[in-house]
Amino acid sequence: MSTGTTAKGEEPRSTAMRGVARVTRGHPVWSGSDLDPGQRPALRPMTAEAVAREGVGHTRQRLEVLGRERASGNWLPWESELRDRGAAIRRETLRDLDGYLSRLAAQLESRGVIVHRVSSAAQAREAVGRIATDHGVTLVAKSKSMATEEIGLTAHLTTLGIDVVETDLGEYIAQVAGERPSHIVGPALHMSRQDVTDLFSQLNGDPLPPDPDVLASYARERLRADFKAAQMGICGVNFAAADTGTLVVVSNEGNVDMVASQPDLLVAVMPVEKVIPRLADIGTLVPLLCTAANKEFTTAYQTLLSGARRPGEIDGPAEFHCVIFDNGRTALLGTPEEEILACIRCGNCQFSCPVFRTLGGGHAYGTTYGGPVGAVLSPLLGEATRDRDLPFLCSLCGACADACPVKIPLDDLLVAGRATYEAEQPRGVESFGWTLWSRFWSTPALYRATRSAARIAGRLIPAGVLGRLPVVRLWASGRTVPDVSHAGDRPRGRSGSSGGSPEGEDR
Amino acid sequence: MTVVSRPGTLPERVALFTTCLADFAAPGPLAATIAVLEAIGVEVVVPRDQTCCGQPALNSGFPAQAGRVLAQTLDSLDGAEAVVTLAGSCAAMIVHHSTRLLGAEAASRSGVRNLWEFTQFVAAFGEDLDLELDATVTYHDGCHMTRLLGERTAPRTVLSRIRGLRLVEMPDSDTCCGFGGTFSAKFPELSVAMADVKLDNAATARAEYVVSADPGCLMQLQTRADAAGRSIRTRHIAEIVRDAMRTPA
Ligand code: SF4
Repeated sequence: MSTGTTAKGEEPRSTAMRGVARVTRGHPVWSGSDLDPGQRPALRPMTAEAVAREGVGHTRQRLEVLGRERASGNWLPWESELRDRGAAIRRETLRDLDGYLSRLAAQLESRGVIVHRVSSAAQAREAVGRIATDHGVTLVAKSKSMATEEIGLTAHLTTLGIDVVETDLGEYIAQVAGERPSHIVGPALHMSRQDVTDLFSQLNGDPLPPDPDVLASYARERLRADFKAAQMGICGVNFAAADTGTLVVVSNEGNVDMVASQPDLLVAVMPVEKVIPRLADIGTLVPLLCTAANKEFTTAYQTLLSGARRPGEIDGPAEFHCVIFDNGRTALLGTPEEEILACIRCGNCQFSCPVFRTLGGGHAYGTTYGGPVGAVLSPLLGEATRDRDLPFLCSLCGACADACPVKIPLDDLLVAGRATYEAEQPRGVESFGWTLWSRFWSTPALYRATRSAARIAGRLIPAGVLGRLPVVRLWASGRTVPDVSHAGDRPRGRSGSSGGSPEGEDR
Repeated sequence: MTVVSRPGTLPERVALFTTCLADFAAPGPLAATIAVLEAIGVEVVVPRDQTCCGQPALNSGFPAQAGRVLAQTLDSLDGAEAVVTLAGSCAAMIVHHSTRLLGAEAASRSGVRNLWEFTQFVAAFGEDLDLELDATVTYHDGCHMTRLLGERTAPRTVLSRIRGLRLVEMPDSDTCCGFGGTFSAKFPELSVAMADVKLDNAATARAEYVVSADPGCLMQLQTRADAAGRSIRTRHIAEIVRDAMRTPA
């Protein structure tokens, strides 16, 4: 669907996508770019399948190396200072988000940018689709943007008969494979060099050597032609300065510059929280983002887009649109969940997350955004009726909160998200069970009774049988059943031989 | 985060918060904790009416139920000059979540204000213990103790006082073991895969024992190692200290 081929299946208009029909790389449905977000499999089978996949261990190790390099939680003094400043700027933004957005829109318009402020994901993709069809666009060159993934833009444009080609190398690899990005800043991190070699060799029709330089120039060559042929460029936005109307996009490959300068028509797509108060703030936020995302002080390219081409200027898009969408975000303002709007999409929480790493990346979350940020954010997006159970896909280790450059208390938000989920469920076995449990365990005699019951069960019932009981069975898949036959045992102490104090239990 | 008070002098008596997990399934570490505390020279009482810190319910999405159980345990610990627990995770739960669940007043309750995680107490007051043990161990940093309680040094301080003991650090010692409370039953395959990563890392240390200050992590790692037929042995840090005492209590 969204692999960039035309709906009718003939050779794509994109040069870079020629040969995509030859690609046979298999992947589970839940990692596909055509996964219907409302139809993803349940979390447990998806995760069980993910950890059992061939090659997942190698992906995990790669992610562990990246995570270690970033040493989440061990911020150097100058990094800590940057982090303090960055966190403060993001909170300052959220305190008057609407004000900054209005200023941004006014500034953009004064620079000749046509601003589309829309609410839902559907409105956002339709706005972009209309711009494209109005101009008779048949090929779009796109730079990496999680926001466009969120609104399902590529699939929508494809249904309009428009070809889309991803021009960021990692994103291009994912597109050729027909998969969603597996990481916010490293879309193809789940693939090894050999995987990419195989993939590009299939695309090419002839084997290519497993040499990263050769593979990268192969992609670059093919993409060149598309930059020339595309009638429209689409880019994301990292930061949008309210005081000047400058849209800031960081990248390491220079493809953003190409997307923004070659076609005559440019559309920047951003969710509301990308706004920042002042252009000067990128002095803090860009190094902070790059440090967290890549352990670099800055990226190779920072593209500052300052409006449409003006008379006398020799380059830049003749027509420049900016689509600013909400998709459930402003409803979070004033709630504890607004914290997640401080996110600058560095992906460091994903590197730091042992669940994310063990799953081999973000695909097994079944959403656009995986990992800690995704488990918090995805349930809050849109009509907020999907992915509500994602906060459970987490062992609450807290590494993400330490890794977050803008100090979002992700672990607390994950705990809160679970309570929200359960509060919405119809009262059932689980809530009944926990209420009963809390009654028992807030009554000392009943607590001791459950302890005695466990002790008796532990003594009388063989472990093999215990391991088949409903909840125990889940524990016992892959683990032995803990011995509870000594529950409540107390040793005879020396200083407690008097029988203990009045509040003491006789040992 | 709630501020925990730290008396500079050895309290006469400490109340032991057993935690439900150790109370049900880790009597060995519980006995060792009591033995070490007594060897330090404090009287140990085990308040009869304590139950659980409520964490299983909180992390399952039932904060009201969690609060009710936590309140019971804090009631039972009221008046204690010092409270010691052998589970870093439960200590972190109480310190980090009590005021959220029970309101600001909770910060002044004995069970919160006077709470010590076992190794913190031993690091502060156990300097005179005469400890010797010929063993190689590796230490697993439990998540909540490390990140919510911010305690990485106390267990290493305690281990460093044991003559003859060699601590070999494993890679990623502070990466989650995959237990995560009810997470372990909601996503057993994933939880077990995470335990395997931890066990692989621990194995590189070629240690006799994988030591931790959290009965939950130890249960996860030992039961997984047993089911997978691995020879790895886990031990609570209190048991290591007890075994190292020259005149065992
Ligand atoms: S939540 Fe924090 S760590 Fe995660 S992507 Fe956003 S800014 Fe980065």
